[in-house]
Amino acid sequence: MSLLEVTDLRVSFPTADGVVQAVRGVSFTVEAGQTLGIVGESGSGKTVLTQTLLRLTPGGDISGEARFDGIDLLAIPDEDMRRVRGAQIAVIFQDPLTSLHPLFRVGWQISEMIRAHDKSVSKRQGRALAIDLLGRVGIPQPQQRVDDYPHQFSGGMRQRAMIAMALALSPKMIIADEPTTALDATVQAQILELLLELQRESGTALIMITHDLGVVADIADEVMVMYAGRAAEKGSKHEIFYEPHHPYTKGLLESIPNSSAGADRLKPISGQPPSLINLPTGCKFHPRCIYVMDRCVREEPPLVAVGGDGWHRSACWLPPAAAGLGSQAEEARRKVVNKARDGEAAQVAASISGSPDAEGQVIA
Amino acid sequence: MSVGAGDPPPQHDAGVAVGVPPGSSDAGTDDILVRVDNLVKYFPIRSAELFRRTVGQVHAVDDVSLTIRRGQTLGLVGETGSGKSTLARCIAGLIPVTSGRVWFEDRQITNLSRRKMQPFRREIQMIFQDPYGSLNPRRRVGSIIGEPFAIHGLASGADRKRRVQELMERVGLNPEHYNRFPAEFSGGQRQRIGVARALALRPKLIICDEPVSALDVSIQAQVLNLLADLQDDYGLSYLFIAHDLDVVRHVSNSVAVMYLGRLAEVGPKAPIYEAPRHPYTAALLSAAPAADPESAAQRQRIILVGDIPSPINPPSGCRFHPRCPKARDLCAEAEPALEPRLGDPDTHLTACHFPIEAGESLAAAGRRETP
Repeated sequence: MSLLEVTDLRVSFPTADGVVQAVRGVSFTVEAGQTLGIVGESGSGKTVLTQTLLRLTPGGDISGEARFDGIDLLAIPDEDMRRVRGAQIAVIFQDPLTSLHPLFRVGWQISEMIRAHDKSVSKRQGRALAIDLLGRVGIPQPQQRVDDYPHQFSGGMRQRAMIAMALALSPKMIIADEPTTALDATVQAQILELLLELQRESGTALIMITHDLGVVADIADEVMVMYAGRAAEKGSKHEIFYEPHHPYTKGLLESIPNSSAGADRLKPISGQPPSLINLPTGCKFHPRCIYVMDRCVREEPPLVAVGGDGWHRSACWLPPAAAGLGSQAEEARRKVVNKARDGEAAQVAASISGSPDAEGQVIA
Repeated sequence: MSVGAGDPPPQHDAGVAVGVPPGSSDAGTDDILVRVDNLVKYFPIRSAELFRRTVGQVHAVDDVSLTIRRGQTLGLVGETGSGKSTLARCIAGLIPVTSGRVWFEDRQITNLSRRKMQPFRREIQMIFQDPYGSLNPRRRVGSIIGEPFAIHGLASGADRKRRVQELMERVGLNPEHYNRFPAEFSGGQRQRIGVARALALRPKLIICDEPVSALDVSIQAQVLNLLADLQDDYGLSYLFIAHDLDVVRHVSNSVAVMYLGRLAEVGPKAPIYEAPRHPYTAALLSAAPAADPESAAQRQRIILVGDIPSPINPPSGCRFHPRCPKARDLCAEAEPALEPRLGDPDTHLTACHFPIEAGESLAAAGRRETP
């Protein structure tokens, strides 16, 4: 049995402008000791998804199921949830400065977190544990630094302190929401290395939310690519990076400046992500998709298996043979698209090729 | 220090044409648009008492020299606190410099009066990182993009509107959105507004300070392509500041690496990326995550120890020595000169006593202890 099993999770927020459909039916599993990378752009729903698992999205209309270690996170009483949060599932947020209270000493905050869950720990023991944890995450001279305030720590050290706090109660799973986005490259490397090392030691499962495909390539086992509140594609790291099936995944990979591509022009995805209040019809990616077909405008594709073993799944009407970055896959895509486009889809395709970002790549 | 604006530029020392791709070093001074000589910028730290005595200095930029060629892009990389934005602001004349000179074409533009600087402001424009913070939310897009025309008295009324709409069209915005507010645009479109504003006066140099770091990946590529097109069409020069090394590699002709206010290494793009001489450049390159699982698995990552030190009391000798895997006693004592090392051409300069030799693996030399 998987450690975490999320089934058809939906979250929407009623607002004055309309209903924001932040998460629209997402299912995934996380195994113990594994790392799931969730990739997506701003507004793809990746943060709402994981915060809902922790019941941190009050005001949202939530449906679906999230079984963690045998309990349904979305159904248990608030009181029980408080015992799960922090102790069984810990979170590391993007911005360590706003996640630490500026007026309390770092060590006190770690100790308080432990003591909130385990009343038998004395203040003295809590402090000793905090020193031990700060040492484990690589803070120099933890005996002295334990009494520092957050502003006395650098950005990297604050993120280390957040990791120390996350580790404090040996959780079964850690959710890291863009943990290195605010950090410099050399410090980011330190923090990723630390997370991997700690995961190897303790066997904790990790959900890594990021917009940075480089971070995912580094540390994830499985990858889920999100677009407009749904999984566009799921698979092993290798499948996502070398055999992408969904045109959005492919577009993301191709829009990164790549060292081997040299001075070639970049291939951006034209247009921008849709508003979650006014979603397009059919496939939510179709207004930006260079492979748009008639069916895409009308029907939203289900997430179906496209790879041999059934784990590689993609929500796209293109046939399984269309997976990959090579010319063979491109041939397969063109063959299908040329036959399946007239009327509406042809119009969409024309508007993509007419947009200023298009690089003349739309199939005519 | 008191050099007039009309003085001729100083004579070139042999081959100081830093940041020039190989093969074009004989093109002469005509090719050089901006030349920075020994630029220093300290920020005083004042005490809180009555007379606000100066109690220290932040050494933001310390003795930096470089050149930017016409129609080319110089990439400037470095971590937070390395002084790259301060350097950019000094070049743009937004803040006075402590010492050193900035030459624009054949004119010295350091610490000019507001009035004397005015003509140069047309030639040097900036694009900022935050497309949300750099546009006045209460003004319409047409008036934001048209403001440079108003300030310099270049166009008004219907003429201004026509020119603004041409600019909007050029950067991929719908000219009909002339009367919209910035809040009605997405991040990528806002950055296009910033580009249009910078382009309005047909500058020769645009300083791009992290222009795409706030944008999503798919939108980043759109803006980078736009900047490349504009460079081709108008012969623009860019000083391109970014922390994303892949982006800098994509856009630059040459690259300067800054560390704690000083240049660690500068030179044409290819040798810097393929065979870096300075251990800091090598560490930076190895730390950058590559969106390619196989190369990520093979890579020998150099994990640096600790954080970038405070620029108030920079370390003695080489400023990188406390974090450097190759540091020896000399590094703490003597500051290395920025010069060609190990037989490099005089366009590729490195400030290191013990530069990395061909085939040398730094990951092996790297200390793998936790800080």
